[in-house]
Amino acid sequence: MKENLYKYILGIADNSLILGQRLGELCGHGPSLETDIACTNISLDLFGQVRSYYQYAAKIIGDGRSEDDIAMLRKEREYVNVLLVEQPNRDFAYTMARQFLFDVYHLLFLNELQKSKDVTLSAIAAKSIKEVSYHQRFSSDWVKRLGDGTEESHQKMQSAIDGLWTYTDELFHQTDIDKIIVSEAIGVDVTQLKETYYNLVSELLQEASLSTPESKWFQKGGKQGIHTEHLGYLLSDLQYMQRTYPNMEW
Amino acid sequence: MTEQNIDKELIPILEQVSDPEIPVLSIMEMGVVRTAVIENTLVKVQITPTYSGCPAMDVIGEDIQKALLDAGYQSEIELILSPAWTTDWITPKGRKALEEYGIAAPLDAEADKSVLLEGQKLVKCTNCNSTNTRLVSQFGSTACKAQFQCNDCQEPFDYFKCL
Repeated sequence: MKENLYKYILGIADNSLILGQRLGELCGHGPSLETDIACTNISLDLFGQVRSYYQYAAKIIGDGRSEDDIAMLRKEREYVNVLLVEQPNRDFAYTMARQFLFDVYHLLFLNELQKSKDVTLSAIAAKSIKEVSYHQRFSSDWVKRLGDGTEESHQKMQSAIDGLWTYTDELFHQTDIDKIIVSEAIGVDVTQLKETYYNLVSELLQEASLSTPESKWFQKGGKQGIHTEHLGYLLSDLQYMQRTYPNMEW
Repeated sequence: MTEQNIDKELIPILEQVSDPEIPVLSIMEMGVVRTAVIENTLVKVQITPTYSGCPAMDVIGEDIQKALLDAGYQSEIELILSPAWTTDWITPKGRKALEEYGIAAPLDAEADKSVLLEGQKLVKCTNCNSTNTRLVSQFGSTACKAQFQCNDCQEPFDYFKCL
């Protein structure tokens, strides 16, 4: 019971942790000062939310592990984030497309999590919704701007959407633990979000003069801890400090 | 303001504590202190973060403990998330302090949306008061701010986003 809720919370938190780390990589490397600051601001919001989740997870599991241990010291296969968020920042179009594809899901998810019977999760969701609304505005704006921009920006955004599309379906896969937590009225039934998600995404892509990919071949595995090769490299960066200087705190 | 419970005698002490990133604004004007009650010899304080990732929260907690200690109180700080903080909790005095410091105060949530999305000109320049201003970026120097520039006097300034 305790173990299930703990794992469920990791499923939510890991997505934001890994995406936050990806965005943090742009610190000092963004294409312009404003976008650099925006990406790191979004990263900071995500890390803030993640701390609330891991603190709660640490309290639930109650075996002496701290929020830092949980966030920083697991092995690659113990991270249960979706494959979408670990994809690298190939270029700015790719970074924004990844953000957009996640933000639309994230907001739908938090809106449901807010109704959770679990008061802590509900409070974290209510707090996060306000921040994630800004993220979605930002990423949607860039998808439109690049999609509806020059020939080159359009082509880059389209290829980013095409490339990332294969990772979108996994957002709506339910794990066995999800099913249990959903049946307890604590978790969110992600299968119910799928239709709205694809409608919202297609609508915006159309507005951005981009075409919605038709491919029906989808990748999965992240929720089971089976990741793309990119996660290992990301984790070695993320965990370096904790492993080199054990017991550091956020 | 909802569910705020602060013992009167603690107010002057808490008013001395300011937001480390916006030093002109006290945490009371900011609305982050939700509860501060004296129980025997201990003051129990509940604060709520402005933004989840706001690095100022840890410092604010420590500053509160120090201010209370200087006034002879031991204290316990608890961070609460619900109800979530909103810019509506910034007091009129706080809004004025923000403006004078050079940060445009938040509009209401609906207006904020049209300002950041539809480019409507509602945000007043903190230098010349003109509303002929434009959004430079939705994200600014800290998690709570957006960047604006005045089209008249060219002054770049921060706008405190609605939450």
